[in-house]
Amino acid sequence: MTGRPIAEEDLHAYIDDALDPVRRDEVQAYLDGHADVARRVAAMAEQRRALRAAFAPVAEEPVPSGLSLPWLIEKRRRSWLAPWQGSWRSAAAALLLLGLGGLGGWFAHLLSPEATGIAALKEEAAANYAVYASDRVRPVELRAADRDELLAWVSKRLKRPVALPDLSASGYRFMGGRLVATAHGPAGLFLYDDDRGTRVAMLVRPMAFERDTPMSAHEQGTLAGFAWADQGLGYSLMATAPAERLHPLADEVRRQVDGQLRS
Amino acid sequence: MKDMMLLVEPLIPALRRYAKALLRDPAGADDLVQDCLERVIARWHQRRADGDARTWVFSILHNLAMTRLSRARRRWHVALEDADETATAAPPTQEHGVMHRDLMRALETLPEEQRSVLLLVSVEDLSYAEAARVLDIPIGTVMSRLARAREKLLRATEAEAPATGRGTSLRRVK
Repeated sequence: MTGRPIAEEDLHAYIDDALDPVRRDEVQAYLDGHADVARRVAAMAEQRRALRAAFAPVAEEPVPSGLSLPWLIEKRRRSWLAPWQGSWRSAAAALLLLGLGGLGGWFAHLLSPEATGIAALKEEAAANYAVYASDRVRPVELRAADRDELLAWVSKRLKRPVALPDLSASGYRFMGGRLVATAHGPAGLFLYDDDRGTRVAMLVRPMAFERDTPMSAHEQGTLAGFAWADQGLGYSLMATAPAERLHPLADEVRRQVDGQLRS
Repeated sequence: MKDMMLLVEPLIPALRRYAKALLRDPAGADDLVQDCLERVIARWHQRRADGDARTWVFSILHNLAMTRLSRARRRWHVALEDADETATAAPPTQEHGVMHRDLMRALETLPEEQRSVLLLVSVEDLSYAEAARVLDIPIGTVMSRLARAREKLLRATEAEAPATGRGTSLRRVK
């Protein structure tokens, strides 16, 4: 027994079944000894039950199609894209009206699916490769020895498990990695190198669009890259190496990542 | 996106129920839920990752409902005057028709602040702490509003239906 006096709050918590067993027994004992209070509590409990019963049918109705979450997500996406996805004529008219050919084009590009899907990922990968893979002092924030910590960190920020491929059989050692910023949120950047100092970078981030996309090549100057998306995660593998050398490595990464995330 | 589907989609029936009970206007309630879901989609990335999705979504819905109610307050009171049975959430069946109608009428007489607490706790099964977060008020205020709501509901239905046998013996006891 707690010995605390029974308060009005206790009676409501009793009605809502929100008391711990000890306190509930105390309230029950009090009610057993106070018939008038017990009647009032019983009446309130009955009203609670009636209220629930009155509104229960609403929650059992089929959800109207206008409240379907996938449909609302799609609707929002379209409302963003719509002005730029119309006919060429209306897009051109919009640009003319803006009188800002360059800026308008950039804006259209920003809102186009190309700039939010795999194409954006490719650009982000190239930008991050240029900054980090070329860094001779501190290319990675967490080294290979801190692999587990790195994986936990990136997985936490990306809000989903991320896989780390082992490319040693292909001659690439894992160097480490870091969390990097993209226009579409945080991404994980993992670096590998070989005996000749060639650095390979894998960028991974969640995809809002083009969530499952076959692998395609991209090149930026001497940089070669391959990008794809699988189960909502987008990947890009980049290196200053010929595309034909990088391609089998990208296939290997995709195979391993797929295996790790499905297992 | 995937966690939003997992966390928000199961809430939609309860969101409709709360909106209908609060607004007492079936079509307007679904519009409100749609507004709410659109906001949830737009602001999902702003949600605190460690926060509870249910209280977050309910607080968005509640705030939208309060805005709509205060905007339409005059119209709302008029609508109540001639609210017909189709405006009630569930058509009363014969056996509990009288009680249902009295209860709904009594619910309508509650101030919004008491009605929302009562619905969140009694119908939506939110804990007192969760209701406090949804309404952005201290938990003590939740308790006092809940107590006042229940007292008022009890008095209203007793006054309406003294023949139910509970009668006036149910006076408040300290």
